[in-house]
Amino acid sequence: MENSIDIKISRRNLLKAGAASATALGTSTMSAAQSAAPAHNLTTTVTLQVNGRTHELALDVRTSLLDALREHLHMTGTKKGCDHGQCGACTVLLDGRRINACLTLAVMHDGQQITTIEGLGTPGALHPLQAAFVKHDGYQCGYCTPGQICSAVGMLDEAASGMPSHVTGSLTERPLLTPEEIRERMSGNICRCGAYSNILDAIEDVAEGKA
Amino acid sequence: MRSFTYERPGTDAEAAASAAREPRTRFIAGGTNLLDLMKIEVETPVHLVDVNGLGLDRIEPTGDGGLRIGAVVRNADLAAHDVVRRDYAVLARALLAGASGQIRNRATTAGNLLQRTRCPYFYDTNQPCNKRVPGSGCSAIGGVSRQLAVIGASDACIATHPSDMAVAMRLLDAKIETVRPDATRRVIPIADFYRPPDGTPHIETHLAAGELITAVVLPKPLGGKHLYRKVRDRASFAFALVAVAAVVQDDGTGRVALGGVAPQPWRSEAAEAYLPDGAARVTDALLSGAKPTPDNGFKLTLARRALGSVLMEARA
Repeated sequence: MENSIDIKISRRNLLKAGAASATALGTSTMSAAQSAAPAHNLTTTVTLQVNGRTHELALDVRTSLLDALREHLHMTGTKKGCDHGQCGACTVLLDGRRINACLTLAVMHDGQQITTIEGLGTPGALHPLQAAFVKHDGYQCGYCTPGQICSAVGMLDEAASGMPSHVTGSLTERPLLTPEEIRERMSGNICRCGAYSNILDAIEDVAEGKA
Repeated sequence: MRSFTYERPGTDAEAAASAAREPRTRFIAGGTNLLDLMKIEVETPVHLVDVNGLGLDRIEPTGDGGLRIGAVVRNADLAAHDVVRRDYAVLARALLAGASGQIRNRATTAGNLLQRTRCPYFYDTNQPCNKRVPGSGCSAIGGVSRQLAVIGASDACIATHPSDMAVAMRLLDAKIETVRPDATRRVIPIADFYRPPDGTPHIETHLAAGELITAVVLPKPLGGKHLYRKVRDRASFAFALVAVAAVVQDDGTGRVALGGVAPQPWRSEAAEAYLPDGAARVTDALLSGAKPTPDNGFKLTLARRALGSVLMEARA
């Protein structure tokens, strides 16, 4: 199945590459400049380390990290909401730091460690935040939940390392994770069902356990 | 998204040379703004040069007591840096007022300076926009302009610069270090970095073709009280309607720069000389010659009141 996707993409790129070089011939300076440039490809091989497993993928360089996870590795726990970095549904951990998987290219993360919701816990051994979301009913439809949980994991690490936020009173003192702090630090994750109060309770539970 | 080729060069000079060979190249670092715009085909580069991995991710002291910030230092790391929090608090506050935790973990120092406007007509490829398609016209003039510029704009474009970080950098008189395609280097004071829109709003800075930002350098600390006040439509993760960055000394003198009002961070050394006289004198001078639209005249009042609030906090 993956092979058939690759073949299709390669053929489309071949057509686009043909069109691009035809355009380049339009001006002599550009064709001269391009002939001097080293060759680069529209497709590439990327090695992604996802949840401790190594995957080698042949990808169109346009492929976002999010699409690589969902469409190529078929790991659909990470959700596509807005695809523009506004909703946070695609949040994953890159070398332990939370990012929007939709706003980065897979090719930029060759060899880096990516953790998705599938890598945080298992049905029999939930991550403490997964357990807290269940306990506090921190969702309605559940679509934003993987992003909320991955974001909360990254956020708790940021706070534990002393990173301040917009609402932190003193920049030189260790921030305390008050509800106001948690709300501000989680503002990159939207829940259209409006389960915020229970999401906050779930995160507070785990934050207090850590403190 | 249009097709493009992708390259990871070995050095910053190679990156610049590569970008100069193909004029439709973009540098990519965090990608949080560029990829967003590429998805809707507002940006259509044919080649991307990845400038991560060139050693431009360090923060180090300079010989004269300042701080050199590598071009790809992430916004989150810069805001959390001990020296920035202690000596350049206005910069840390501005960074923390921008975007979301996820975006700050990827967005970079140079990328933040080069952010494109959030004018809705720049994003809407069905509408004329001189910044997106030079010569096509400006839909914002006479359109929905509540968020847009009140000063420093032109008949061709009334877009604002969206950055919070750049406002603090302008306040602190940061200097921008670059490498050019011929491997020569230069330093551009931030006051001379942004180009007024005039008739060519698509050209936003004085960077030459292929020129790559390598670092942003802060002069030695100013002391004083550092404040950043951002007024926006929601409490978090929104662009400024008006932002005020200020450093106020014990004697009442200091510096002021505004965000959200102009195509670039807005500061006037002549206007800030009035700081001991209060907010109204300062904003009258700083915003003299303003040409608000019927939608955004409120920004003039808002700027005065936001500065008044900042000065009150500075005295507290």
